[in-house]
Amino acid sequence: MGKEKQQLAHLEEKIKELEAFAREQNIDLSGEIKSLREKAERIKKESSFEPTPWERVKLARNMERPTTLDYIEMVCDNFTELHGDRLFSDDRAIIGGIALLDKQPVTVIGHQKGRSTRDNIARNFGMPHPEGYRKALRLMEQANKFRRPIITFIDTPGAYPGLGAEERGQGEAIARNLREMSMLEIPIVVIVTGEGGSGGALALAVGDWVSMFENAVYSVISPEGCASILWKDPSKAEEAARSLKLTAEDLKKAGVVDTILEEPEGGCHLDSRTMGERLGEHLRDTIPFLQKMSSQELLGRRWDRIKKIGVWTEEIGAQKKVSQ
Amino acid sequence: MALFRKTRYSQVGTREIKNVPKNIASKCPACKHVHIEKDLSQKLKVCDRCGHHFSLPSRQRLKQIVDEGTFQEINKELTSLDPLEFPGYGEKLEELREKTGLNEAVITGFGKIGGYEAGLGIMAPEFMLGSMGSVVGEKITRLIDRCREKKKPLVIFSASGGARMQESIYSLLQMAKTSAALARFSDEGLLYISVLTHPTTGGVTASFAMLGDINLAEPGSLIGFAGPRVIQQTIGQKLPEGFQRAEFLLDHGFIDRIVERKKLKKELALLLRLHEGGERVG
Repeated sequence: MGKEKQQLAHLEEKIKELEAFAREQNIDLSGEIKSLREKAERIKKESSFEPTPWERVKLARNMERPTTLDYIEMVCDNFTELHGDRLFSDDRAIIGGIALLDKQPVTVIGHQKGRSTRDNIARNFGMPHPEGYRKALRLMEQANKFRRPIITFIDTPGAYPGLGAEERGQGEAIARNLREMSMLEIPIVVIVTGEGGSGGALALAVGDWVSMFENAVYSVISPEGCASILWKDPSKAEEAARSLKLTAEDLKKAGVVDTILEEPEGGCHLDSRTMGERLGEHLRDTIPFLQKMSSQELLGRRWDRIKKIGVWTEEIGAQKKVSQ
Repeated sequence: MALFRKTRYSQVGTREIKNVPKNIASKCPACKHVHIEKDLSQKLKVCDRCGHHFSLPSRQRLKQIVDEGTFQEINKELTSLDPLEFPGYGEKLEELREKTGLNEAVITGFGKIGGYEAGLGIMAPEFMLGSMGSVVGEKITRLIDRCREKKKPLVIFSASGGARMQESIYSLLQMAKTSAALARFSDEGLLYISVLTHPTTGGVTASFAMLGDINLAEPGSLIGFAGPRVIQQTIGQKLPEGFQRAEFLLDHGFIDRIVERKKLKKELALLLRLHEGGERVG
């Protein structure tokens, strides 16, 4: 991996030099530059530092990976956590509160995995109950009232499948968030940092700008779940990960994700500070852009974004084939 | 009648009938009585021994609920593709279209219920367990939008295993799409009645099915977010009797009323009447 990386860096440097030289001397070197570029592309493709979907799943779940709290601390100041859904309890699998992004107050909300095993148990491994989603909605409505932009961080294996969660209406809590988030009149920026596990992730992920970390994944079901339903064999998860098209690139193609945030070589757990800087920069670009819009524009744009997602055909031929 | 029942001829019968194709006979999962399919359909697919409500195919639902000759289907031609080239999905769709004569897992349109016109969505449990992919999400969304434009009330019958795995992220986002459409619809002061039928789980429960102004459910329907098997695996203990059944949801405050199938049409008509046809704006 290291060797190819070096080779690539060397090539890129050479390309830059050539470009500068061509500009300075006012000569045409486009042919040479083009062939060098092609070579660099080839190396990129052939070298193995492009993780497979399954490797990305494992990276996204890596225990060393920074959590929502880490990102908030890196990007914001004065984070003030607010607790509870006012109905039942405080779900520690979701955190939320107010913070300053530069000088601007923002509401930050996200799934919270534990930083240690003990913490993870308290956080239920980032798998929320209905009260977590209801707390999130309460804080979002509060943001709406005080005209604060919202940043949400997505990192959950999924909503918790348990007795209490069902008794207290997991489905209703998620559904309500989806409906209400579509109508909040303030910008919502969504960052998928790790695992985007199905409805439990989506319930915080309806927004105006959705970004995804390079090694994050986001799908309707976990690869293991998919493999055990489809092939009755959870060990085929690797194959399922490929089929589910769950990488940032796949999601960008699907129109679900707007920006892919590049991670430091080997994953953001190896250099969380760089990742924090990139994230901060991204937020400082995105939020002012969205704040320029009137709430009507914002809601119109949010609806258009959601409305177009999906793939279908209305060709008569297709219909004929089935109606016969 | 009670005397005859004691002889229990059916016990021998059940064993033999076990392998008879589904379209000839069905065994009641609650009381084990074997019904001839033709008779069962005449009884609205409700067991007359114990009151168990069988899963109801979409066309039969349509016939039971909508005034004869009033239904006009919309977006019938919307057809699923296989955007992710998911193993086996294309063939499965093809096979089901042929087998069911349906294009997808929901029928949408406009029709009258007891004289009141409403937008109608009827999910088809016979088509891939009523799972929601792009087309189901899109058809429901277009229906909601059309109701909003026409200022008509909306009734959706849910029956679904949840979001359709084979379309991964596209399926997942249909939850957001249908819910957002409902928000816009609701803002116009219009009425949405959600009828949850057996089974309604996963991404459909966690989107439009739970968002009715009024949520009705048929008796005994399985309704939940996570499937019972997944929960059992997660918590490692047996689930309590009646868990995730309609009655359980009523007890926990998530549905308004449980309505028997034979009374459903009347009840819907009444609810529409109580909203003055449901067409009045805010």
